[in-house]
Amino acid sequence: MGFLSLFSKKKPEKLEKLPSGSFRVSAAGQISASTLPGAFPEETMKEIGEVFVQAFRTAQEQGLPLKELNLDFAGAKIAGREARGGAVVFLTPRKF
Amino acid sequence: MSQQRNILIVDDEQDVLELYQARLSKLDCAPRVMTADSGKRALALLASESFNLLITDLNMPGMDGFQLLTIVRAKYPNTRTVVISGVVDDQYRARAYGMGIDLFLEKPGSSDEMQTFADCVEGVLARESAGGFRGVQSMSLVDLIQSECMAGASCVLKITNGPMAGRIWLQDGDVIDAEAQGLKAEEGFRKILEWRGGSFEKLPQDPGRERAIFNSYQGLLLDSAQTLDMAEAGDLGLDGEGDTVEGAQSLGALGPISRCGGVELALTVDAGDPTKIRSWAVENEKDMGAWAHEQMSRFADLGSKLNLGQLKQAVGVGLKRHVALLPGKEGTLCVGIQRSFSQSEVRETLKEISVKWAS
Repeated sequence: MGFLSLFSKKKPEKLEKLPSGSFRVSAAGQISASTLPGAFPEETMKEIGEVFVQAFRTAQEQGLPLKELNLDFAGAKIAGREARGGAVVFLTPRKF
Repeated sequence: MSQQRNILIVDDEQDVLELYQARLSKLDCAPRVMTADSGKRALALLASESFNLLITDLNMPGMDGFQLLTIVRAKYPNTRTVVISGVVDDQYRARAYGMGIDLFLEKPGSSDEMQTFADCVEGVLARESAGGFRGVQSMSLVDLIQSECMAGASCVLKITNGPMAGRIWLQDGDVIDAEAQGLKAEEGFRKILEWRGGSFEKLPQDPGRERAIFNSYQGLLLDSAQTLDMAEAGDLGLDGEGDTVEGAQSLGALGPISRCGGVELALTVDAGDPTKIRSWAVENEKDMGAWAHEQMSRFADLGSKLNLGQLKQAVGVGLKRHVALLPGKEGTLCVGIQRSFSQSEVRETLKEISVKWAS
């Protein structure tokens, strides 16, 4: 049984490499334009966009209105610009 | 070594604030100039550190200049106050002087007027460094008592230092009684002399007052001077590096961070317990702490979902001020940096802050 289970083990999910490009997300979370490769999942774009839209909105509520937000990760930079309640998001993976 | 002077300018117009800040930073005494765009924000800054001088506009939405001055005069009596107003109105001027301000100026409209404004501010700061009590003129309390006694005066000196008030009874040039904070006679006199600033008023004689002090005024002043010297030596021991920022020790890491150029506010949220918040010059630390913690968690979650590695920092370019969130072993650090800083200046400041935060 131990031998069989070795073969039935699930393969680990393939790591998605972050592409370079930008997209626009509305305040409602809809993606209206993108320069990212078609293979990049729209759901992921929405997730990233939602983080920026929410950050801009809550910062405004705190009395700290932002026009731009830059997230500096070890492997990439993600920048967002506030656009009428929505955001334009730029993905820039780092080159090692 | 003389300490750096702290100036706080309050005006609802951001451009005006930046203009004054740039000019006053160049004064000979090289003061640290901070700005606040509302009375509420000014009070948050005043609660975080001590300021030698407050310069405020009168017409502001929400809390106006008079409301701010009322609070400042009561809570921070040692802070000198200057009013700058675009409205030149004698009633405003009289009301402001009645509140005990040091100077009422018209908002400068030309480079010459700006120079005059800077000179006036420097003059007030020079007066501030001389210290003393403000009544009809600025003088030390010891000088005041001495001069009244030498003149053989019979009167009551009412001394006010913020919420505290005391009285010294003089009769024919002798100190006969004193009272302050529940202390009477010589103890009361010593208590009043511990106050380093405030204002005084000369009231008419109180003939019914019984004598409770029998020491001569010279003896009293000598005893009090000795006590003050000892207290001052104690203060120096506590001050350590001679910080001008009040409560720097209790601020922990925020103390050195608050002194980085351009930093307008700072807050830390404990990693283990997000309700543990320390702040400097933050108006609503609970809300801002919760916001900083939540944003940091969301950014970090996004990074781990996309396999982007550790979040180094999040920097927001703001309309009022720039905001940065920095993760650390102890928790999250949130700092506000003045709006006029360019992106490269913000980067440099954050480098400096990162080093202090990491250490």
